[in-house]
Amino acid sequence: MLLCNEVAQIRGICPGMPVAAARALARDLIIQSRDHKAEQAALHSLAAWAYQFSSQVSLYPPCALLLEVQGSLTLFGGRVALLKKLRAGLAELGYQVQFAGAPTPLAALSLVRCQREQMVEEQHQLAAALAPLPISVLDWEQTLLDRMDGMGVRRLGDVLRLPRDGLARRLGQRSLLYLDRMLGRQPDPQTLYRPPTQFKHRLQLPSEVEHAQVLLFALQRLVLELCGWLQGLGAGVQTFDIALWHRQGRQTSLCIGIHKGSRDAEQFTILLRERLERLVLQEPVISVELCAEKIVKLEAQSLDLFGKTDVRGEVDLLDRLRARLGDQAVKGVSAVAEHRPEYAWCYSEPGHSQKDSSGQQRPLWLLPVPRQLKTRSGRPQLQGELKLQPGCERIESGWWDEQDVARDYFVATNSFGSCYWIYRELSGERHWYLQGVFE
Amino acid sequence: MTLDALLQRTDVWRGGRLTAAVKAVPSGFTELDELLGGGWPQGALTEIIMPRQGIGALRLLIPALARLSQGDRWICWVAPPHIPYAPALVNAGVDLSRILLVHPRAQQDGLWAVEQSLRSGNCAAVLAWPALDDKVILRRLQLAAEAGGALGVLFRPRHFVQRPSAAALRIQLASGIDGGLSVSVLKRRGGWVAGPVHLDNSLQTHGALALHSRGTTATGNFRSQWQ
Repeated sequence: MLLCNEVAQIRGICPGMPVAAARALARDLIIQSRDHKAEQAALHSLAAWAYQFSSQVSLYPPCALLLEVQGSLTLFGGRVALLKKLRAGLAELGYQVQFAGAPTPLAALSLVRCQREQMVEEQHQLAAALAPLPISVLDWEQTLLDRMDGMGVRRLGDVLRLPRDGLARRLGQRSLLYLDRMLGRQPDPQTLYRPPTQFKHRLQLPSEVEHAQVLLFALQRLVLELCGWLQGLGAGVQTFDIALWHRQGRQTSLCIGIHKGSRDAEQFTILLRERLERLVLQEPVISVELCAEKIVKLEAQSLDLFGKTDVRGEVDLLDRLRARLGDQAVKGVSAVAEHRPEYAWCYSEPGHSQKDSSGQQRPLWLLPVPRQLKTRSGRPQLQGELKLQPGCERIESGWWDEQDVARDYFVATNSFGSCYWIYRELSGERHWYLQGVFE
Repeated sequence: MTLDALLQRTDVWRGGRLTAAVKAVPSGFTELDELLGGGWPQGALTEIIMPRQGIGALRLLIPALARLSQGDRWICWVAPPHIPYAPALVNAGVDLSRILLVHPRAQQDGLWAVEQSLRSGNCAAVLAWPALDDKVILRRLQLAAEAGGALGVLFRPRHFVQRPSAAALRIQLASGIDGGLSVSVLKRRGGWVAGPVHLDNSLQTHGALALHSRGTTATGNFRSQWQ
């Protein structure tokens, strides 16, 4: 047993116990096997998140991360403030974390491995701080540790008290270098973590989820990781994709758009909530995945350290409407240089419109499809007889794409004062049609 | 700053006006501006009740929309009954790049979109054609318009005249003589029922009115005040 929850502890189960013994204590025990791959992925995603606090992050599998924070202290307002931010952020992500700080990487790792929440500020304090730690925190070969145990050397203080030349002879030159690095007598260069250029994280759900709204909780965690990653890169995204994985590799995909580009977790969550509220799941979801492929540069001045603009959590109207109603429900319009009225306009991306217009008189409403009008003794009718205004506009065009039209257009009013845009075909049956309303 | 520009400012209080506190968008029609106390109320809901389509209800609003489209906020059309025809909007001086069309599938989504647009502060004007009759919703829309500083306009068929409404301004239209339009105020803030006034927004003269509305409205008012 590696870990167990409170209920299990009450029943007498504790970490380090064999599985069979634990089962004997609680027959209804649910045992989840350790997934090293998932742990490694989690460590990587945490590194990506932590990159916002330091550009020098190193991985120490299975479960430690090393951050060089000296350079970040001024930026984040000191050690206490930085730790507070780290602690709060990690709690939001749902991790239980222990912190330790020291002037050298190995000292910090040793402290955190014995679960000592300790901050050693100065190099000359190191030896004293490390002295009480057991030698098992040194990641040395077991045979070496056993030999030291045999010599009666149990704590780091005992090791450090031994004379240097004797130590080199008995434990080897490498061990001496290790201790020197730990105490800061030798430099200790680290293999630095480089954040990936794309974001793709998957989260296994503890149980199958049937309602879309419930997914928000899990997705929020991925969103926070995404925003941490973006913060580290000093960038934002305009879209990100969500994949909801079902059994047998089937998935439901969602795309969230933020057309101005952002890395505001609050904003992303609001948009996600809108989208999930409308979603009806066809089958249960077993895991969720968030991908962001393309990052965009954000204007730095409008963002504070945590990627939030002054209007924190404020969602652009366009994004909000699209998240709930779908991309197709929100459009702009363009005017197109074209004689045929039905082709003289088109939908376009909001904010990007062409404005070619002939300047001729046109109605404010256009019917999607022209409606054929009834006639009485050859005169068009619409809630009574239509009176044609003087002046007729002939439009003949479109022979090149076989959508040609040949029509005479009129402005017409009925006795109620309603004003319409109608045309008569110049060929065939010469029917009358209503195409627009002068509203 | 010229006198014209000064008078265009919404924070300039002018004697003889009905309510100077309400921000108003000049409508482009001198008579209507006088009737409404400066123009269409911004940050409020306006209900336009019309007997039928085709009498020029939208045309009444177009000069104000053309003016608002010069800013950087959206002019949002939620579930318009037909296609807003781009060439006509261009002719009337409306900047198409500020037009936002929203086509929700369900009526409830439509009201949600109207409320969101009004409240967002990203919209200069929000136009809607809701068939729903609900006092509570109108009240919410009125509050949303106040919060977002938007000119909210609901176009309603005639049978809504008798219904109570939380809209700050309610006007009723009727087709007048020679393609004109007669406008009566059913309800407004700080004023009595007024009108009708007759407006000549017929097709022939309307184009010219729209084009010159920015300059002539202010001077027109100026003369009427001082002569």
